[in-house]
Amino acid sequence: MPRNMPSIPFEDQSHNRRTLLQLGVGAMGACYAASLGYPVYRYLATPAVRARALGLIKTVSIPTKDLPGPGTATMFLFGSRPSMLIHHRDGRYVAFDAVCSHLGCTVRFEPENNRIFCPCHGGTYDMNTGDVVAGPPPKGLKSYKVEVADGSVVVSRS
Amino acid sequence: MAASSYPEAKDQAAAPPGGLYQWIDERLGLSPILALARHKTVPQHRHSFWYYWGGISLFLFLLQMLTGVLLLVYFRPGSQSYESVRQITYDVDFGWLIRSAHSWSANLMVFAVFVHMFSVFFMKAYRKPREFGWWSGLALLGLTMVFGFSGYLLPMDELSYFATKVGLQIPGMIPGVGPMITDIVRGGLDVGEATVQRFFALHVVVLPMLFLPLLLFHLFLVQKHGNAVPPAEAARPAVERRSVPFFPNFFTMDLAMWLIALNVVTILATLYPWGLGAPADPLAPTPIGIHPEWYFMSQFQALKVLGRIIPGLFGEIFGMGLFTAVLIFWAVIPLFDRETTGGRRARLTAWVGYVMLAGALIFTIWGYATV
Repeated sequence: MPRNMPSIPFEDQSHNRRTLLQLGVGAMGACYAASLGYPVYRYLATPAVRARALGLIKTVSIPTKDLPGPGTATMFLFGSRPSMLIHHRDGRYVAFDAVCSHLGCTVRFEPENNRIFCPCHGGTYDMNTGDVVAGPPPKGLKSYKVEVADGSVVVSRS
Repeated sequence: MAASSYPEAKDQAAAPPGGLYQWIDERLGLSPILALARHKTVPQHRHSFWYYWGGISLFLFLLQMLTGVLLLVYFRPGSQSYESVRQITYDVDFGWLIRSAHSWSANLMVFAVFVHMFSVFFMKAYRKPREFGWWSGLALLGLTMVFGFSGYLLPMDELSYFATKVGLQIPGMIPGVGPMITDIVRGGLDVGEATVQRFFALHVVVLPMLFLPLLLFHLFLVQKHGNAVPPAEAARPAVERRSVPFFPNFFTMDLAMWLIALNVVTILATLYPWGLGAPADPLAPTPIGIHPEWYFMSQFQALKVLGRIIPGLFGEIFGMGLFTAVLIFWAVIPLFDRETTGGRRARLTAWVGYVMLAGALIFTIWGYATV
């Protein structure tokens, strides 16, 4: 060791240097992990990100000529969410998000039982309001605003 | 902060390995493996640099597996192959990067494997007891080239289509079984969707299934016999020879080489991303200047030259026969050059190596100069 070096005990010096080196190597490793991990995450997440962007749409328009008529329900995608447009016998239209609030099964319209039913765990919803009538769902089906204009049914977020 | 952390660091260093390490060690017996790693040494001399190339090849292969699995997430073989590669390259976030990393690392892997092979050759590391290391290494090189050839078709663009079309003519020239081989490999009379489908099966299932056990065998042999020293080094008295512990010295240098390889792949993939040509069209004329990948270039050029000297089909069959003879000679080198103390065969073998290396370089450059 040159004579003009400050007189820090050798062990202290080497430990300081070791700590610094360990920190440096750790920080560099973290940088590498992040710069490799980020593109891989983005690569794998692309379809989910695109689907989520698709879900940001505000309205869906369905031509009335494509609908089967009163007393039926038509399934459609609101963004990437399965959704249900019910044409009641009295001519009213209502629309709901068709994903059961319990564990995510797609619900079915049962006009003969006057209900929307989830076959997975027996969740039952009101076919006019989407409210829970029976079964385990914690909350009702999200309802959409429906307007009929120019030969189309326009469903939008309420 | 440093002053307060110093006593803690000392305590940690002094503590016997316990806790999680001990729990695992009691069940899996890690200590003997660590003891083995501590006693393993690697020779140190002026040619030690070449020892890293096997490790670099291994790293690039691991990178191939990783990026390959990522590509598998979106790639659809058969009629959708071009469209899916187009989506990977232009639609999926960072898809261009993953695909470019796969292509660049494939090319660098072939390069690293060649460097590894020639360094083993010139160090005469194929001599007893390492003959099986040489043979398994040659088999791995062969599989690597088939990996390259089969992977090249998968995007099914113009260039890969014609390269495969031409490439498949070569096994077709083997007298007798040639047409049978091309019928099976091509899956039709021309390269098409059926070909991509089977090249895909070959590339992602059959080749890895053959490659991985062979690679493990190769690595086991490296572990069993250790690094060979070149004859000049072996001739020196034992006291003059130096070596370093494998762990941590050589291992750390190995990791540093891996890091350099990773950086090179990343820089190349980022600055020179792999493009995608027009979709393959069987009715389009072959583009001018079509040529194979660089690692098939010397053989391609040699065949072209031979074709001029001996025109017609006979020239090509003669060329194929010549390649086969050279390959067989290359494979049986460990049986030919056995003496450990120099001699005529040792010198002759070294000259064969120089001629092979120079020939490969000259024909490759010549090939690129005349496309």
